[in-house]
Amino acid sequence: MSINVEQLLAAAVTAGTPLLYATLGETLTEKAGNLNLGVEGIMLMGAVTGFSVGYTTHSPLLAVIAAALAGALGGLIFAFLTVTLRANQVVTGLSLTIFGGGFAGFVGQKLASKPVPAELKAAFVKRAVPLLSDIPVVGPAFFRHDILVYLGYLMVILTALYFTKTRQGLNLRTVGENPAAADASGINVVLYKYINILMGGALCGLGGAYLSLVSVAAWKDNITAGRGWIAVALVIFVTWNPWRAILGAFLFGGLDILGFRIQNTIVSQYILDMLPYLVTIVVLIFISMRKSKENAPPKSLGEPYFREER
Amino acid sequence: MMLVRMVKRPEMDKKQAMAIRLAAVVASLVAAAIFVLVLGHNPLDVYRSMIKGAFGSYYRFKETVIYAIPLIITSLGITVAFKMKFWNIGAEGQIFMGAFAAAAVALNLKGLPSPLLLVLMALAGMLAGGIWAFIPAFFKAKYGTNETLFTLMLNYIALKWVTYLQYSLWKDPKANNFPKIANFVDGAVLPKIFGIHIGWVIALVLAVVIHYFIHHTKRGYEISVLGESENTARYAGMNIKGIIITAMLISGGLCGLTGMIQASAVNKTLAVEVSNGIGYTAIITTWLSQLSAPAIIVVSMLFAALVQGGSFIQTAFQIPSSAAQVLQGMILFFVLGCEFFIQYRLVWCVGQKGKEACRTL
Repeated sequence: MSINVEQLLAAAVTAGTPLLYATLGETLTEKAGNLNLGVEGIMLMGAVTGFSVGYTTHSPLLAVIAAALAGALGGLIFAFLTVTLRANQVVTGLSLTIFGGGFAGFVGQKLASKPVPAELKAAFVKRAVPLLSDIPVVGPAFFRHDILVYLGYLMVILTALYFTKTRQGLNLRTVGENPAAADASGINVVLYKYINILMGGALCGLGGAYLSLVSVAAWKDNITAGRGWIAVALVIFVTWNPWRAILGAFLFGGLDILGFRIQNTIVSQYILDMLPYLVTIVVLIFISMRKSKENAPPKSLGEPYFREER
Repeated sequence: MMLVRMVKRPEMDKKQAMAIRLAAVVASLVAAAIFVLVLGHNPLDVYRSMIKGAFGSYYRFKETVIYAIPLIITSLGITVAFKMKFWNIGAEGQIFMGAFAAAAVALNLKGLPSPLLLVLMALAGMLAGGIWAFIPAFFKAKYGTNETLFTLMLNYIALKWVTYLQYSLWKDPKANNFPKIANFVDGAVLPKIFGIHIGWVIALVLAVVIHYFIHHTKRGYEISVLGESENTARYAGMNIKGIIITAMLISGGLCGLTGMIQASAVNKTLAVEVSNGIGYTAIITTWLSQLSAPAIIVVSMLFAALVQGGSFIQTAFQIPSSAAQVLQGMILFFVLGCEFFIQYRLVWCVGQKGKEACRTL
């Protein structure tokens, strides 16, 4: 059995891209102090909406926009319940997973095993980036992909800049760390939470659509197969950092591919499947032991904010 | 100028709170009815047949109870952790590990007399579930490691572990290459009372025990105090680490027991379907029950009815199972959202009277 490194890396990028989108999305949400466990459901909503719009309109642009909007709708449900109505975040997220799974199954019931239309296939064909794709190993691995992979790279850069270089990003951090202080300093906490949860939902929706439109390129039930939960793990693994998200997503994507390739020859595939969760736990313990402010979860994560109870 | 202001209510009396919850359920049924109408069915017919599907005959009632049993026991376990504000969402994993340990006993000690075998299975299941909950509790107590994320990760490790056993290590060689673990011997299957496995008696007894434990024992009281305020508990001289660890052993132990019951009475072997998402559903039922043991029985039965009724309308109306799932999600959204109106009231700052009221806030 020979494994071509370039091919394996390229496959890891393809497998990691849905994870990358969802990880960035969940990072945005968690930075606002909200733990949305409905990522799996939101990804499914995005996946099915993107596919059905692409299937009916034959427009790749509309498909992608629709997927993002469907994800944002999932985010809106979550934000309305947890921010405005102050419902428990964990329970709301779990309910959203039930709802999203049902929504996807329902919308997708007549689309099962239908292929992606040719126009979309053409739009999402692999294109080499000039110059960059000629770099040995790195080029073929990272720069000979479809446009949504490149959009994913762009999203990493944008979220990283947003977090560290913009006033809004710094305000967002305050909202997640200490909403009462943010409120006192005149930041509109509710607005910040809404905007970031919605944007986060949209990214998760795109992650789902990458599966239905590009990598699987067909609709099937439960197309995400637990990737939303891996994204929740990834956010911790990359310690809420967009730059590390790209490494983490492709690493976890690579593990997925590797597990499939080696098929129990060296180590059981099922044991290998545990690895992402195990390393995430190790990271989680490690950051809590070091108590480093840099890598810790946002302080108010999971807690509702009651202005009236200050 | 804001049009509407929220005001925290003083403690609302229970009747009024119940009325709001009922109103939310009715509102959700109305919203769901619109969805059903869009599907081209009469909502009243659909609801009627959902009730029929859940309670229409003794057989259906039995199925509903069988679905409710693991929900009740798991919710009771989660309640103990939630009382302490330890957000244990690892019930799913604790169920898997409990089922795994029970299966290890059932498959290796086949020859034992049935009552002894069942007791050993239950003890093993509780111990394994307890240990699985103890791990995150230990790190929470020692380093303050986030327990929500930790327990969530442990769910997946437990799931992959059971998958590994079923597909590889414990695969029954006699099953024609079909990935399944050998069935338990008859002695390892829980007996039935009134045609329903004995789990229902266990669930009812445990509800009483947990209710008593939380409200009438020292440890139970300490758990509630620690949940309210760690500082208070510390000033009162309570042994915080000890409380966390006992609470989590009980919480995980009950979830592990659920795993044993499901493996023994429902699956009659260890399989990845043993939990069926109960660990997550139980978080929802626990929360909706407001951590009250009697309410858990009622809410779990209602949720079980919703699921059983939902699967019944699939055959009766050709409504796909995914639509039933959408209905479930919608009802949950409404019920979760309504808690806000129990905690707060809205004051409309419109008109002479409204403006007056807002000024005095």
